[in-house]
Amino acid sequence: MPSYEVSRVRGDFPILSQPHHADVPLIYFDNGATSQKPQAVLDALTQFYTHHNANVHRGIHRLSEEATEAYEAARRKVARFINAASRREVVFTRGTTESINLVANTWGRANLRAGDVVLTTVMEHHANLVPWQMLAAERGFEIHYLGVLPDGTLDMAEAERVLSEGRVRLVALTHASNVLGTVNSVRTMVRLAHAAGALVLADGAQMVAHHAVDVAALEVDFYAFSGHKMYGPTGIGVLYGRRAILEAMPPWMGGGDMIETVTLSGSTYAAPPARFEAGTPPIAQAIGLGAAVDYLSTLGMEAVHAHLSELTAYALAWLADIAGVEVVGRSVKRAPVLAFTVEGVHPHDVAQLLDSAGIAVRAGHHCAMPLHAHLGLVATTRASLGIYNTRAEIDTFAQALKDLTHVHAR
Amino acid sequence: MFTPDEYRQIILETANNRRNWGALTPNDFDHHEHNPLCGDHLRLTLRLGEGGVIEAVGWEGAGCAISQASASLLGEKLVGMRLADALRITRGEVLAQIGLPLMPTRQKCALLALRVLVVGGAGAPAWEAGEG
Repeated sequence: MPSYEVSRVRGDFPILSQPHHADVPLIYFDNGATSQKPQAVLDALTQFYTHHNANVHRGIHRLSEEATEAYEAARRKVARFINAASRREVVFTRGTTESINLVANTWGRANLRAGDVVLTTVMEHHANLVPWQMLAAERGFEIHYLGVLPDGTLDMAEAERVLSEGRVRLVALTHASNVLGTVNSVRTMVRLAHAAGALVLADGAQMVAHHAVDVAALEVDFYAFSGHKMYGPTGIGVLYGRRAILEAMPPWMGGGDMIETVTLSGSTYAAPPARFEAGTPPIAQAIGLGAAVDYLSTLGMEAVHAHLSELTAYALAWLADIAGVEVVGRSVKRAPVLAFTVEGVHPHDVAQLLDSAGIAVRAGHHCAMPLHAHLGLVATTRASLGIYNTRAEIDTFAQALKDLTHVHAR
Repeated sequence: MFTPDEYRQIILETANNRRNWGALTPNDFDHHEHNPLCGDHLRLTLRLGEGGVIEAVGWEGAGCAISQASASLLGEKLVGMRLADALRITRGEVLAQIGLPLMPTRQKCALLALRVLVVGGAGAPAWEAGEG
């Protein structure tokens, strides 16, 4: 099995060597919210601003050409990373949320009308629910929310039934749940959806950082993800779209860079991806994302996946052993995300206590309120793992949780 | 920052010593608010006497130790105060009662109790102006 030296990876992340509180080292288990950044990404940002800063696709001067070349090189890196057929299928956005809003506001507004159905799921992040609700209020189509089975997987029988009714135009589902950890079979959903004449948008925000993603093999129509959850900078994300679909889509935001010609009587628009990148893009951030892709590719996504699968299984075994701790979601195929409850202790209190032990986790509804309502929970505590986490950190975490469950037992 | 022991102490004390818990019926004041960030919710009921003096306080709801401890402490302070004066209790007074430094997100937990009182009695609290 491919592997890498975790201690060497830890050395690449400066923030990990800084204490969390005096004398308490940092154990960063909030990677599902955002990951830390390796020196290579920090260097890429500094290098760009120090030596190559200029606007892209505009100047005739040398710096502008360097900036344009670096920005487009980052696009090629991302295209290769997800196995897109062409760099033209990679649109840079601010993040997953903007990517999904882009699809809703261009493809959605042009194609969805009363009588149509958008099929999504109860386990979605708000980013893949609210844009469809907003558009449905305007266009009058229906949204069907696919249920979640007790083990935390999607009800695929229900998906088949709803798709067979022939009104679904789009299936919008997460590739990996940010709460349950469930990895959904996007490939299966694509087969069912395409047979029913529907397109598929997958939210890959919780997938790309720990598992190789091949959009060609998935045959997915749209794939959205963020740079900052995969060791890249904030403010940069990706919308992958199949070329023929992107080419038929109207623009969303208007402005510079997205046009072909502008006259006072109207404008014609550039081809994708420029059509969807109005205004000055996040240039340095895109270049930083390119550096993150290089970093992950050097480790190898198979090695990354092997490390995180092993670590997740180790953490699950530990948590199963602590009385009063209940992990939410039991899917076999899962992302390195562990949401849990501690009997008698509010998730905020769990998170606060773990923080005092140097462990950064998230507490709340994790932008998935409908899922928490479905589970009958107000909130959960979530530990989400990254490439630099270790078994020793899981041991410290589990011991802190054990201490916490003893608070009430004393 | 809390030490684990300090925080454990808060959780324990809160669990064991929640004061004025349980809604009052009948009542002269009944208001409910929630914190959309975490889903914590809190209901405050008051019984008023002569001159609008608070005679009894009853809390109900679910939340973290900080929000519950803060409600418990604020409730004790309210008994015997005129409601009009209670509505002028400041954010700083409530945070000081907790007696431990709180990060801004946890300050929201601590202030939920005051928020229920002030919103129920007078509308949006002044400290939230500009927060959107």
